[in-house]
Parts: sequence; C-alpha cells; structure tokens
Amino acid sequence: MKYLDEYRNGTSAQHYAETLRAVVTRPWTLMEVCGGQTHSIIRYGIDEMLPPGVTLVHGPGCPVCVTPVGILDRAFRIARRPGVVFTSFGDMLRVPGTSDDLLHVRAEGGDVRVVYSPLDAVAIAEREPEREVVFFAVGFETTAPANAMAVKLAASKRLTNFSLLVAQVRVPPALEAILSEPECRVQAFLAAGHVCTVMGTAEYEPLVDRYHVPVVVTGFEPLDLLQGVAMAVRQLEEGRSQVEIQYSRVVRPEGNAVARRAIEEVFEVTDRTWRGLGPIARSGLGLNERYAAFDAERRFPDATPDSLEDPDCQAGLVLQGRLRPQECPAFGSRCTPEHPLGAPMVSSEGACAAYWLYRRRRAAAVA
Amino acid sequence: MCLGIPGEILEAHAGPGGLRYGTVRFGGASREVCLEYVPEAGIGDYVIVHVGLALSKISPEDAEETFRYLEEMQELADLGDEMQALERSEVP
Repeated sequence: MKYLDEYRNGTSAQHYAETLRAVVTRPWTLMEVCGGQTHSIIRYGIDEMLPPGVTLVHGPGCPVCVTPVGILDRAFRIARRPGVVFTSFGDMLRVPGTSDDLLHVRAEGGDVRVVYSPLDAVAIAEREPEREVVFFAVGFETTAPANAMAVKLAASKRLTNFSLLVAQVRVPPALEAILSEPECRVQAFLAAGHVCTVMGTAEYEPLVDRYHVPVVVTGFEPLDLLQGVAMAVRQLEEGRSQVEIQYSRVVRPEGNAVARRAIEEVFEVTDRTWRGLGPIARSGLGLNERYAAFDAERRFPDATPDSLEDPDCQAGLVLQGRLRPQECPAFGSRCTPEHPLGAPMVSSEGACAAYWLYRRRRAAAVA
Repeated sequence: MCLGIPGEILEAHAGPGGLRYGTVRFGGASREVCLEYVPEAGIGDYVIVHVGLALSKISPEDAEETFRYLEEMQELADLGDEMQALERSEVP
C-alpha cells in the first residue's frame, strides 16, 4: 500500500486536504463515477485523508462490470461458433456470464483473441476474409469513438466479415438512475474525466438543474481527486450546484466534436440493461440502420432468452454506491478474483477488485 | 479502458482506409495510432490514446506526470494488461 505522502507532490496533497478541512462544516457524500478513480482512491488512501464526514462512495463507471449477463452469454455462444474469430479487450476474458467466461470458451477451442484496439479487429477481418470477425464493443463514451471508427473503416473497405457485438453505455442516464433512487445518498458527483474529453459537459447540465447536485469533471490521479473533492465540497458548502471542470488540462467544455460526430454517424441512442442496475432508458448506443450490416446480433440471430445474475452477487448495490465491497457477505470467501461471482471482482476498474488488491493486503499486514 | 495512455507523436502518415495515422511513443514502446480525432495534433505533440485512437492533446509536462502515475499503478493494476496488449498487438 502506498500513501499519498510517498507520492510526488505530497505537499500539494496536504494543501488540498487542509483546504478541505477549512471549508467543511458538515457531512457530505460524494460519488466518484469512474472505476479508474476508485482504484486510485483506494490505492492511495485518499478516502482516509478526507475530513471526518466527507465520504466517497464508488460509482458504476466500470464498463466491464455493467455489461449484462445476457450479452456475455450471447458473446460466448457467438465465440463458440466454427468460423468465428471473437475479438475483445483483455479485460473481458475473465468476466463470468451465467456459467462461462471467454477464457473457458477459448480453452474449449473457440477462436478468442485479445486485441488492444477495435481497429486491430478490422485488420484481422481484412487478413482472414474466410472467417467472421466479431469485436465485443463494450465501454463508455471513451471507447465509442474507436468502435465508430472501426465500423466506418470496415465499411470503407467493404468488409462483409466484420461485426460488432455492441454493449456500449452512456454515463449521464446512469447517474440520473442513481439520483432518482429514493435511498440515494449521493450529493455530488466527481464525473469521469475522459468520458467528458469526448462528450464535453453539456449532458450534465440537465442533471444539475433537476437534482441540484454539483458535478465536477475530475481526473484520475491522486491530486486530481483531492482537488475534485475540494471543488465539489466548496459548491455544497456554498449551496451552489454547477458543472465545473477540475481536469482542465485535458477536458474542454465542448468535448471532442470530431469524435462525437463519428459516434452520431454510426450509433443511435438505445435503451440498455446494466448488469447490477437493470434496464435504464436511453442509456446505451446501438448501431443505426445505416450500419446495421455490422451488427453481430443481426448477423448471428439468437433467440435464447437472457438469463439472470447470480443471486449471491451484490454487484448492483456496489455499483450504485449503496454497499462497500467488503460489506458483501461473499467478498473474499465465495467471491475472489480466481472464483468471481460478479464482474467487479475481476475487472481492473471494478470496486471489489480495488478493495481486494489494496485493502485486503493492508488488513493482513496489520493483523 | 477509460484511462488512456499519453504518448508523443513521432511521425504522421496515411494509414488503413486513408485515415490519418501516426507513430506514437509511450515510454519505451511505440505503436501505430489513429490520429483522425485530433486534427490539431502534429509531430512532437503529446496525445492521450484510448484503445488505439488519440482523443485529446496534452502538454508534454502533464503527459510525463500522467505516464509516471500509470507506470506506478502498473505493478498491480490494469495498465499492465493494456501495455501488454499494446506490445503484443501485431496489427497497425
């Protein structure tokens, strides 16, 4: 376990921590949205540097974790088909569906290949025209531009053996779903920096107006997070609710217009089911009619009904910030990275994995 | 998946499908990256790369700091996978 004082800029960290202590007059609960932020917070003990009463709860921003079991099972069925090359980010390989994962499918002879980029999958399709190449298009608004480009590239090359299995999700509708829960404790959000690199900040204005929650677009390094917390708490203490950008060295309010145009050209907004959270209206993207030929769900029709999640897994509560990973009765016993019940335990952006990696080790060292 | 890796554009050229590509150096490794979404970025600029595509420009100093942070996380966390996938990845 490394602490912030061992980290570069220990002085600045102290400065933000002191600023916070000077500002805080009562308890506040903030949610960091992005799983990369959660890992940074837990690893560097940022939650423990905050003044008493300022609580961070962890959000749903783990794309691997929210990919629903139904689509995973569908992915496994496609990957088992002869003649199919199933390509995926490495992160997805160990994520459990109902009774399988992609590693298992590969061990049983499925042609499952890890790629770094969907553009690599297009190159495979070009090189192996006799095979059907499917890319598992998971992720938030940070992967959507790459997936849009892959489809546009495949279209321009007139490839007929490339398709996407799309499980693309959008952050703002999930935040609204969390805020509309009657038991919601979240009073401010640290929004995910790189999502806003693409989308800008406009989508958060209606949330701020309707729910009066401060939204601070924040980076994922320790100092970013401390500064983001300080900015959000200052808004709360002053009774303001606005969209502010902490991560201004990368994020512009207007986002990346070129990337957004590509997303709009290829995708349309759809309803999506989130693992652990259930169906959320307009919370995803699907290929639009013009690019429907690249939709793996159309290419490999599959009438198998979607199955349900493991009832022992509390991932839904964890993803909404309503349960801390180590409060789950299965954490570390029936659910470990080797034998996960749910995705947050295996994903590099999952909250359960963060606690397993950083907090369990420290607990053992103390004992 | 969402973190992104900062790197320096060493050169630019037309890639697959006529798209604008460049060689981007990440610490010791370099790789072909699609530059279509950062028309404003040229040789010597630093960009943050998400799954093979640059999405934003960043100053050299900020890129350096972020890269060091990612390296530090790598010993236990996810960047290892991403850099390994990046190094293994055969296709431009």
